Amino acid sequence: MSPRLSSASPASLRDDLQAQIHLMQGKRGSERSLPVLPSLSRILPGGLRPGAAYSIQGSMSLAMALLAGPSLNGSWCGVAGLPDFGVEAAAGFGIALDRLVLVPDPGTSWTPVIAAMADVLSVVLARAPGRIAPAEAARLGARLRERSSVLLVLGPWPQSEAVLQVNGFEWAGLGQGHGHLAKQELELEVALRGSSRRASVDLADSGPVDLSRHRMGA
Amino acid sequence: MMLFQLETPVRALVTWFPDWPLVAARLADALPPDVPAAVIGQGVIAACSAEARAEGVVRGLRLREAQTRCPELVVCAVDPVRDAREFEPVVSSLEERTPGVEVLRPGLCAIRAKGAARYYGGEEAAAGAVLESADSLGVEARVGIADSVFAAEQAARSTSELSAVLVLPPGSSRDFLTPFPVGVLGQPKLASLLKRLGILTLGNFANLPAADVRARFGAAGITAHALASGQDPRKVIPRTPPRKLDQRAEFEPGLDRVDQLAFQLRATADAFVAGVQTESLVCTELRVLITDEAGSRSERTWGHPRHFTASDVVDRVRWQLQSQPLAQGRMPDGGTHDGGMARGGLSSPVTRVEFVPVRVDSIAHHGRALFGDGAEEQIHHGLSRIQSMLGHEAVVVPAISGGRLLAERRRLVPWGDALPAGAAALASRPWPGRIPDPQPATVFASLIPVLLLDADKEKVRTDHRGGLIAPPMWFCPGGDPARRRLVAQWAGPWPLKQRWWDADHRLEADRFQLVDGNGEAWLLLLDEQNWWAEARYD
Repeated sequence: MSPRLSSASPASLRDDLQAQIHLMQGKRGSERSLPVLPSLSRILPGGLRPGAAYSIQGSMSLAMALLAGPSLNGSWCGVAGLPDFGVEAAAGFGIALDRLVLVPDPGTSWTPVIAAMADVLSVVLARAPGRIAPAEAARLGARLRERSSVLLVLGPWPQSEAVLQVNGFEWAGLGQGHGHLAKQELELEVALRGSSRRASVDLADSGPVDLSRHRMGA
Repeated sequence: MMLFQLETPVRALVTWFPDWPLVAARLADALPPDVPAAVIGQGVIAACSAEARAEGVVRGLRLREAQTRCPELVVCAVDPVRDAREFEPVVSSLEERTPGVEVLRPGLCAIRAKGAARYYGGEEAAAGAVLESADSLGVEARVGIADSVFAAEQAARSTSELSAVLVLPPGSSRDFLTPFPVGVLGQPKLASLLKRLGILTLGNFANLPAADVRARFGAAGITAHALASGQDPRKVIPRTPPRKLDQRAEFEPGLDRVDQLAFQLRATADAFVAGVQTESLVCTELRVLITDEAGSRSERTWGHPRHFTASDVVDRVRWQLQSQPLAQGRMPDGGTHDGGMARGGLSSPVTRVEFVPVRVDSIAHHGRALFGDGAEEQIHHGLSRIQSMLGHEAVVVPAISGGRLLAERRRLVPWGDALPAGAAALASRPWPGRIPDPQPATVFASLIPVLLLDADKEKVRTDHRGGLIAPPMWFCPGGDPARRRLVAQWAGPWPLKQRWWDADHRLEADRFQLVDGNGEAWLLLLDEQNWWAEARYD
């Protein structure tokens, strides 16, 4: 929840002071989460927490939708290790292409590249490496917390804040020899802080995004 | 005091380099030597080589006609920037022997004859010195000396290969110009009018009284009249040789390791950046030329989102060497290098590296803000660091371009380079056959072979009218018929036909959308024979 200097209620005053304490302690932005698209606000009510890693399994569209929220809000985003990233679909989700940077092949130096990207970009989407030592993941996690950036991993990740698992797709618009794909619904299973819940999400129909309203309501 | 008389023109020495656009193209390796070659501007021959001329190709001929006369003609497009760039060393070499050169245009320059003649002891000797200087660079030159720049240019143009110098004695320029047609004045409108009035030669035109010419043809006419009378009012205005901003480093013996080279180049790069800065400029676009021992040349222009610092310059050299071995140029043994170069190694030791600023900007536009330039600069530093780890092309910025295949529509531009001109305009064109939204999230960088089978487990085909022979039943994502999935829903074929006339870019295929039994949605492509997966909706 963002601090609101104008309001005078004791609760917000406390939030405000806490934010200032955080700021002085050098925990920049830790009080301010990154927004998500309205279609995803039900499953991630607090938005994306800066400094956290999220694991996404089974859907590139879901990863794009998660990138779109911060990108629409003016953040720079990075994509690493995904040479098949569909740029037009990304633009369709509302990702600003002029604030998007791709590293299609990080090569063998996966962790240093992701760390270097996380240093300067607010959100980094990466394909999970083949194997990663827990110590290395912890070091990267510390780096993320220090820089307050979000890591979205396509695949399993040892220390993730939430796991978004796509179990299936529901398609509409296509028939037997006619029509075209028009609507996509994801069968989603979200494991967030120990609790797991299922939801059905329509990403294609996220509609015009009113982020200002979203921020107020978050 | 005769204030109102036209100033007497000074004697001028004009040097003409025949077929300069062609010579420049050959110097820049855009055209091979010793074959019939021509430079094309707006569909007609702008300059051609002696070999092509022997086959009957002349200036002004249409390209198609020229190729009929000489089928093995090699052509390249005219490029004024290249002409000027390649002329620069010629002018500098000329300036070393006879200072005070005025460049009339690339391939033509003028010098005041008086000083040079006195120094070399005669006008012929001065002309000889000019020819020698051109000869030392291996380019052909012709020299004309006359009372005015215009007359000297005509004199130079009327020389032949055997007698490359023509000196008109003082006072004879007007008589020399008499038989030339009015076309040489370089004013097509005036020339056409004069011809219709029956004035065909410069002599006829010069004989008209100056006052009448002014009354009938105005200011342009009086200038042309002065030219025709051998009284070119133009003076030779020597250029101030530009301060050299480019820097070069030579290595003897050549260096064959990139890290050695980077270390050695550091001082040159520092000098380059400092030299640009002393002119209150910064370099935003840089050309790096690398020459190796085998004589091949690698040339590349690098952009920079801000401006080049010394370490950026060294990085560019490293990337250029790592991205391509020096195999594009002429190989002395006639062989070609396969790309088997070790990363960071070179195919042949580097003997020379040159830095040329292509685009500079005032340093005032690039000043640092008092409290730092904020996020964008940080991002640039971070991404440049990744580039220096992985190479220039490893960090890219995406853009949507035009095309029918999805992979074509995705344009990836290295961080720091400008988007190619016209990409945005290409993207905004309608592109019939574009697949309807939503677009697939996974677009395979290269097509993946798959199989689509009908109920009889035969490959699904289209007939000659573009319809399906049998509806699809089974889908094999790996291309292996044993591991097949049922087709749940499908649509197609959506024909995709383009550029049947162009062998390299022609495309004749059918698109299908498909949802398989596992609920995965695919975009498939059927060319003449095979099934491919173009993209996946996931």
